[in-house]
Amino acid sequence: MSRMESPSQVSRRHVLVLTGAAAAAAGAGLLPGIALADKAGVEAAIRKAVGGATLQSGRITLELPQIAENGNTVPIGIEVDSPMTGSDYVKSVHIFAEGNPNPEVASIHFTPTNGIAKASTRMRLLKTQNVVAVAEMSDGSVYREAVEVKVTIGGCGG
Amino acid sequence: MASAKPRIKVPKSAAKGEVIEIKTLISHKMETGLRKDKDGKVIPRQIINKFTCSFNDKLIFSSDWHPAVSANPYMSFHIRATESGKLDFSWHDDNGETYSKSADLTVA
Repeated sequence: MSRMESPSQVSRRHVLVLTGAAAAAAGAGLLPGIALADKAGVEAAIRKAVGGATLQSGRITLELPQIAENGNTVPIGIEVDSPMTGSDYVKSVHIFAEGNPNPEVASIHFTPTNGIAKASTRMRLLKTQNVVAVAEMSDGSVYREAVEVKVTIGGCGG
Repeated sequence: MASAKPRIKVPKSAAKGEVIEIKTLISHKMETGLRKDKDGKVIPRQIINKFTCSFNDKLIFSSDWHPAVSANPYMSFHIRATESGKLDFSWHDDNGETYSKSADLTVA
């Protein structure tokens, strides 16, 4: 970024920044006084769900649109790589959202009878944000995966 | 929301050992408790907070739902068909009501 700008350019930028801030404030005005979840909120919710286990990467496939035009109903598909036998299966998958009023979205509980650990649903997303999935295996290991979804029109009150 | 109408899609029959997909949908507004009415009063939360599926009276799949689950919640999942039997689905509303639906599965 150049520091040699003329004052008029700087002030124009300020105007743009302020306009953006005003638009963001207007967006937030849809839900006055409600604090949003954030990375830390999701982190705390993950700990509440799975305790102190180490979060490993891999095994989870998250199917989400890159761009969601309507935040009120965003399709989400999850699949966890697992043999789904009586001794080795996926117990639960927890879904979290970093930019919603609450971090929790849904928890899905599987049994070996499911054959494959695959499920889908539809969720609300208030704005562009990361969606996080955490899978708990029957042996106690835990995996984490996150995907960013760009939201054009936010879902009210997710 | 006494009019919540559950719908399910289960294959009528399956080969032994086949993994089949089950699709479910229920009409429900899933009121988040975060919205306000035109007088500025908070509209109380009323969602379906739990969905369960049992096969021959044994719980095989369940899901806990929060307000971030969309209105008219949809859920799809799978089961490995090993024997013929009855699938029971239940949706539990914040207001204490339970909506149910069942389907028979024939394994050839």
